[in-house]
Amino acid sequence: MLKLKINNLTMAFGGIIAVSNVSMAVEEGLIAGLIGPNGAGKTTLFNVMTGMYSPTSGTISYKLRGKDIAGNKLKPYQITKCGISRTFQNIRLFKDMTVLDNVRLAFHDNIKCGVMSSILRLPSFYSEEERIYKEATELLNVFKLADKKNEFARNLPYGEQRRLEIARALAAKPEILLLDEPAAGMNPNETKQLMGLIKWVRDKYKLTIILIEHDMSLVMNICEKVFVLDYGQLIAEGAPKEVQKNKKVIEAYLGGKDYVKA
Amino acid sequence: MQQLLQQLVNGISLGSTYALIALGYTMVYGIINLINFAHGDIYMVGAYVGFALTTFFHMDFISSLIISMVVCAILGVIIEKVAYKPIRNSTRIAALITAISVSLFLEYGMMYFVKAETRTFPNVLPDWKFKIFGGVIINVRDIYIIVVTVLLMVLLQYVIHRTKVGKAMRAVSLDAEAAQLMGIDVNRTISYTFAIGSALAGAAGVLVGVYYNTIDPLMGIMPGLKAFVAAVIGGIGIIPGAMFGGFFLGITETMVSANGGALYKDAVAFAILIIILIVKPNGLLGKNVKEKV
Amino acid sequence: MGSLAKMSKKRYRGGILKLFNKKNIISLAVILAVYFIVQFFISNGSINDYIFTNVVLIGINIILALGLNLITGFTGQFSLGHAGFMSIGAYICAIVTAKLGLPFAIGIILAAISAAVIGFLIGLPTLRLKGDYLAIATLGFGEIIKNIFFNIDYVGGASGFNDIPFYTNWTWLYFSVVLTVVVVNNFIKSYAGRACIAIREDETAAEAMGVNTTNYKILAFVIGAFFAGIAGALYANYICLLKPDSFGFLKSIDILVIVVFGGMGSITGSIFGAIALTVISAFLQSFPELRMVIYSLILFFIMIYRPQGLMGTKEFSLGFLKKRGGLNAKAQDK
Repeated sequence: MLKLKINNLTMAFGGIIAVSNVSMAVEEGLIAGLIGPNGAGKTTLFNVMTGMYSPTSGTISYKLRGKDIAGNKLKPYQITKCGISRTFQNIRLFKDMTVLDNVRLAFHDNIKCGVMSSILRLPSFYSEEERIYKEATELLNVFKLADKKNEFARNLPYGEQRRLEIARALAAKPEILLLDEPAAGMNPNETKQLMGLIKWVRDKYKLTIILIEHDMSLVMNICEKVFVLDYGQLIAEGAPKEVQKNKKVIEAYLGGKDYVKA
Repeated sequence: MQQLLQQLVNGISLGSTYALIALGYTMVYGIINLINFAHGDIYMVGAYVGFALTTFFHMDFISSLIISMVVCAILGVIIEKVAYKPIRNSTRIAALITAISVSLFLEYGMMYFVKAETRTFPNVLPDWKFKIFGGVIINVRDIYIIVVTVLLMVLLQYVIHRTKVGKAMRAVSLDAEAAQLMGIDVNRTISYTFAIGSALAGAAGVLVGVYYNTIDPLMGIMPGLKAFVAAVIGGIGIIPGAMFGGFFLGITETMVSANGGALYKDAVAFAILIIILIVKPNGLLGKNVKEKV
Repeated sequence: MGSLAKMSKKRYRGGILKLFNKKNIISLAVILAVYFIVQFFISNGSINDYIFTNVVLIGINIILALGLNLITGFTGQFSLGHAGFMSIGAYICAIVTAKLGLPFAIGIILAAISAAVIGFLIGLPTLRLKGDYLAIATLGFGEIIKNIFFNIDYVGGASGFNDIPFYTNWTWLYFSVVLTVVVVNNFIKSYAGRACIAIREDETAAEAMGVNTTNYKILAFVIGAFFAGIAGALYANYICLLKPDSFGFLKSIDILVIVVFGGMGSITGSIFGAIALTVISAFLQSFPELRMVIYSLILFFIMIYRPQGLMGTKEFSLGFLKKRGGLNAKAQDK
């Protein structure tokens, strides 16, 4: 079943065409990779998919929580509530909030108590807070961040900040998870752990994951399908091994020479 | 028709002041992305310097104008170095609060030393009026204001487009890092920007002093805010925009005043500001570019 | 449904009993104790008019500062027109009590609601602006409100609104302050409050995590305006004379200085800041220009050397007196 379908998507900023006539389809449960040289339009594509930009032309449709949803005109927070969540290329945690609060913030579904009952401290407030607290702590346990839950996010080491961002994204209860360069700045060991984590998260929470990455070892290892962007256009798609051998892809990255084996 | 022309004349005179002050706002915003709240008070200082020179040193108009501009230029550079440079990398709120604090310091510092009463400028400009088009009264002072303003604007355009300093200013306002990599001394360029902008504000102060004759320590608040509105109307960061905005606001305000809205002229200026910010935040002369996040 | 969504179907206990925990009962006791102690001193005449006036001003400033702190400190929306909301509250309450002869309670309620409604109307278009532009737009609205009141003869116009009945006493003042503190505190320590703080931290990320940022910004703005309205009402029926000039840009700056001084993002900071700066103002009453010069220097040095103000984003905690937690618990157990 298709989880995401993008048709002829174009995103232009004035004269700059960041994404050009891209069509993609991602099946449910897949871990898909979105790769390409810097400036190819990958993050822009994510931004369009999450509603931060309105596409210049083309359509996006998702199948979330059983429903078909058109992603063109929705605002980011609406798209997130439908079931998509993301992390950012440059970590965008809430630095002056605690680890716990960062995660708690993303629990926006079914907040049964409104602002008034929060202010009046009605029973529903306490039960909701307890529920959110328990769920957030569970999630932090999964990501081995529970012992730091009262630490301010800015005090965490880099690797843990990246994990926290993923945990926070999961708190939004997505069915599609977009990861923007999750392994950036990690050493090979950390990357290996991340690979295990991503696979495990996909299996446990039954997600569809799309990730942007430059680290080819990660892409080759865990992506089941790879899409390649260059200058805003989709130049190849398929299984990792096929894409790796694709001439156009090699040229895009290196300008014609052989790429070092991942 | 005659009334319209009269309002036009008055509006252009008023607009000249706004335009001169607005230029300083727009130049500073263009280069360091800061709304210099204290800018209106530099205009006030310019007026007081002009007052001191004409009253105590019995100088003529041109000399006091020039000296006042120089003094304001220096003041602007000092303010930049002392107050704005340290917070260049702080949050926007911090920068704005700092600018507000400088503004308050100038206003109330001046008030503390010279007391709050208004002072009167001596008559350094002739006060001849003559009629044109059968009924429209133009004061020779209007002509002085407009001529001086236009001259200064032409001078500014020359500096911006034909000198190295101007080129550096344009470069830094587009991309400070790249400008630095090209060998431009960013700090010095910023200082020049403040100097020029402040000099123009000082000129406006002297012009207003000789035209309206009265000055007081809080005279910079309203014109300062309105000049900011003018800069936004034209497109903040765009120099011709500040000129356009200044005249536009001056004429609009005069027309509103003359047609029964005199009590609300301040509110009208702010209403225009809010409308522009909501409908066309890049200003009437600005471009509509979508920002890449 | 994804397996994450299934997690939240478990049942969690709430209960009215949670409200009556140890912390809240102690707080309530302290609040009532302070009230009765001060009321006692007022009744036996130990507190003269001058001191009481300053107490009233402190109370009003606390309410104003907390409202502005919610908007600017916690939610990161720079508002320079807060005095405008105060003036709406003041004038509405004055009209209700002086012209319509209705009781103070109705005056305060109408004042707060009017200010909140205006806050909503102003917030709707302006809160989509960012940073500097938002600041200037709110400043503009504040000036427009002042201009309008200046020109309405029904409320006295330029010469001011006289003969407002004197209704503000310790009871009204104290419980208004307590209400403000409790509401702001409860708001901040809830999902809505966390959403607002997240908006301050990184609006784009907050939006991406499902927060309807527009709604929360407007909500914070409206709540802040609501309390500014209450403060205005208390002011009107204490000073008994209103001049539109008292509610301009300068008054907004006064409140801003308190918030910045106390710490943007700290409730106790705003309380301390209000006390400190009202006292300083009282001492400098005879030197209004000097007072503003000192204010400007305070602002300046705080921005350069300690931009987080007195308390930063932390709250004052009596944690060192107990083993854990305190009257205002810190990062844990919000």
